[in-house]
Amino acid sequence: MTQKLIIIGAGMASGRVIEHLRDAATDAFDITLFNAEPRGNYNRIMLSPVLSGDKTYQEIVIHDAEWYENNDVTCRFGEKVATVDTAAKTVTAENGDVLSYDKLLFGTGSNPFIIPLPGHDLDGVIAYRDLEDTQQMMTLGEGHKAVVIGGGLLGLEAAAGMAARGVDVTVIHIMGHLMERQLDEAAGYLLRKALVDKGITVKCSANSKEILGENGKVRALLLDDGTELPCDLLVMAVGIRPNTALAQASGLAVGRGIHVDDQLLTSNQDILAVGECVEHNGALFGLVAPLYDQAKIVAKTLLGEEAAFVPKEVSTKLKVTGCDLFSAGDFAEGETREDIVFRDPARGVYKRLVIEANTLVGAVMYGDTADGSWFYGLIKDATDISDMRDTLIFGPAYQGGSTMDPLAAVAALPDDAEICGCNGISKGQIVAAINAGAHTLDAVKATSKAASSCGSCAGLVADLLGVTLGDDFKMPEKEVICKCSDLSHDDVRKLIVAKEIKSIPQAMQELDWKTSCGCHICRPALNYYMVCAWPGTYEDDGKSRFINERVHANIQKDGTYSVVPRMLGGITTPDELRAIADAADKYNVPTVKVTGGQRIDLLGIKKEDLPSIWYDLGKAGMMSGQAYAKGLRTVKTCVGSDHCRFGTQDSTGLGIKIEEAMWGAWSPHKFKLAVSGCPRNCAEATCKDLGIICVDSGYQILVGGAAGLDLRETELLVQVATEEDAIEVACAFYQLYREGAQYLHRPYKWIAKVGLDWIKEQIVDDLENRKAQAAKFHYSQKFYQIDPWAERAKQGKDAHEFAPMADFTKVAAE
Amino acid sequence: MSDFIDIGSINDIPLRGARVVRTHRGDIAVFRTATSEVFALDEYLPGKAGPLSNGIQHDNKVTDPMFNWVFDLATGEAQGADEGTVGTYPVKCQDGRILIAASAVNASVAAE
Repeated sequence: MTQKLIIIGAGMASGRVIEHLRDAATDAFDITLFNAEPRGNYNRIMLSPVLSGDKTYQEIVIHDAEWYENNDVTCRFGEKVATVDTAAKTVTAENGDVLSYDKLLFGTGSNPFIIPLPGHDLDGVIAYRDLEDTQQMMTLGEGHKAVVIGGGLLGLEAAAGMAARGVDVTVIHIMGHLMERQLDEAAGYLLRKALVDKGITVKCSANSKEILGENGKVRALLLDDGTELPCDLLVMAVGIRPNTALAQASGLAVGRGIHVDDQLLTSNQDILAVGECVEHNGALFGLVAPLYDQAKIVAKTLLGEEAAFVPKEVSTKLKVTGCDLFSAGDFAEGETREDIVFRDPARGVYKRLVIEANTLVGAVMYGDTADGSWFYGLIKDATDISDMRDTLIFGPAYQGGSTMDPLAAVAALPDDAEICGCNGISKGQIVAAINAGAHTLDAVKATSKAASSCGSCAGLVADLLGVTLGDDFKMPEKEVICKCSDLSHDDVRKLIVAKEIKSIPQAMQELDWKTSCGCHICRPALNYYMVCAWPGTYEDDGKSRFINERVHANIQKDGTYSVVPRMLGGITTPDELRAIADAADKYNVPTVKVTGGQRIDLLGIKKEDLPSIWYDLGKAGMMSGQAYAKGLRTVKTCVGSDHCRFGTQDSTGLGIKIEEAMWGAWSPHKFKLAVSGCPRNCAEATCKDLGIICVDSGYQILVGGAAGLDLRETELLVQVATEEDAIEVACAFYQLYREGAQYLHRPYKWIAKVGLDWIKEQIVDDLENRKAQAAKFHYSQKFYQIDPWAERAKQGKDAHEFAPMADFTKVAAE
Repeated sequence: MSDFIDIGSINDIPLRGARVVRTHRGDIAVFRTATSEVFALDEYLPGKAGPLSNGIQHDNKVTDPMFNWVFDLATGEAQGADEGTVGTYPVKCQDGRILIAASAVNASVAAE
């Protein structure tokens, strides 16, 4: 007997159900198909190629009028179903028609989620869901501007499609990197780079605040940092929500989607649901593969056959020309999981496999996705990969032989990249010297002059010998930065400059990092190297800094903090002392201590009190002493010629001038100075990173002292005649150290490596270079001489660092 | 009563950041990773490590700021040669809100 089947929604899933039904038994059901859109089933996934102009709408139609006619489907397109009466088993159409059913199928799909920002109902604010949205985007062309909110799959396809039409597109993404659900940071970086190359502007970690309009039409998007992005069209692609309104009104069990069991039956045994509108065991579905699996089960259930829906792993491919990207499975980190990462910086390739219990559970690929379906198969079938584990990442074509190449990052450098900064020697010149017969490091030094001065590029020169000569060159052992990389600190620094690397994910990708996002050793080092190399253009990554530098105070063993206000040259005033005493009283500071750097330490401060104690100290004119920083600490002085009968010069005044010039600077390690007014050396200048001893004829500049784990006496760098020269030499020396030393090396370690003679050549003998180094330092200071306490106490920067997120100890117990 | 309690918006914690939830039994550190997963762990391993919310995150691990112990955010287990485990608590993110198991933050749930 023929039964009446009514289907609500002509999407890809319900379309597939009809195909299965007609294939199995043509006359089992009399089918009526409602669709709110005024058309039948088309391939929604292919809207992006339509947008970019690669396909036409006709090419993506799945079922045309002829097909519906041949398959005897009564189409009611452009009509919504108003109500369902489950007791009477009837549906009522919008026009009042009442139709009875034996079986009812919900295929109502999903609705795009529209963020309820002010202005979201303006004209020109659209989602990216159906043909109408696509057509509206296609009306834009050159000279138009569009903003896309959402850096996920759909948002990026919309952006790329419009950009292909010449539209000036900006993508706003709330997360730190694109497609964060499918990609890790490194792959996100490569994707971003490819999109930027297509002329698309990408803003991550950006929060939208308001959509601005004019005459009822969208004019711009306002971000919460105050940036205004003008646009003619604003596309929101931030996600979808199952369309459950009608099901809910009909009395079906609904959660996030319409609840279905393994047979795709809803809470009513005559009603089924399929596609994006369903919720199965708590899961929602948006990709096509599981929807087609569901359609198969729906058809069998309707035909009275036994079948059960089992969700499978899904894979994703981004359909943007020139962005080759693939992700499948689950790639969250876990205790029992291991990563295999492969990078090829020269080709812009990144691959990451996640393995758990001898099976592949996840794969992310960028740049070379040829093996994607093979990996997807391994994930889906839970194949035991223990036998091929070592070579798995090379894919099915792996024939044995090649291994990952630690020299890839160096091989990828362009010929004009500068390797030896001291002598201005490029990669091309070094390779030419090697090809001309210089087959050892010493021979390269002798003929090209590279690595013959400070020697910090020797590691890279050795790599170039290895790349150029292959197995004929025996690589020297090198001390790598950490287990995440094959490169040394010196290599990393030089490559950051040579390749103009300006973010941590970029560094990890371009420099062939072996882990997916580094560790607590390499992240702070990378962050410092970029802070130093790119003042003003590198965005400091606080999350890669040690806690002290993140909250601008010293953590103590009980988790409290200590606070040290700056006292330039060790000079203070009664007003400052009163403010410190008041703060100590107000915040119940348990210990007040005079430090070795001639200032006052307030110990035992609770983290959440830091902003307010800084506020109070700031009102009295004090700023952070940066007693926690890998950076400029103090300039200790004696009283000098002002008061002391032995004083030869104004040592206090000079100390204050130097500290005024240098405070706020970051360096590889802490940097301490002292100025003594005479050779009796009351300021103990001879055990500082840089000390000055005043004499009748001028100023002796001493460097490389330390009084820590190692005790070192300074050596004389130069004697100068004037205060101005003393300050210039101090700044030039500091800059040379900042740019040259490896992270966490004090100056004495760096001097031992490059030699004091080399430093003298640079900034004692070469006056022009001395001035240039000092000028670089002063330029950098423009960006780093910002009192971090004021920023946090007065402007609320990083407020999340200080206050607890929630406090359940203040909730009264019942 | 509900098994989970809303402790704030996902945006209250920056990516790769962490914040503290105070409870009568001690502080809990709530982490948000680079991919916006959330985890909740005890702030301290008494006498050994912590405060973990102050550590540097990398992958789904955190390095303790005091002694550089590395803990797995999912299991709370110390990595490498160090031995020890901090407590972990069920926490999830739903519709932009962070929800933590009520049992983790309540001194007593006997009343209801």
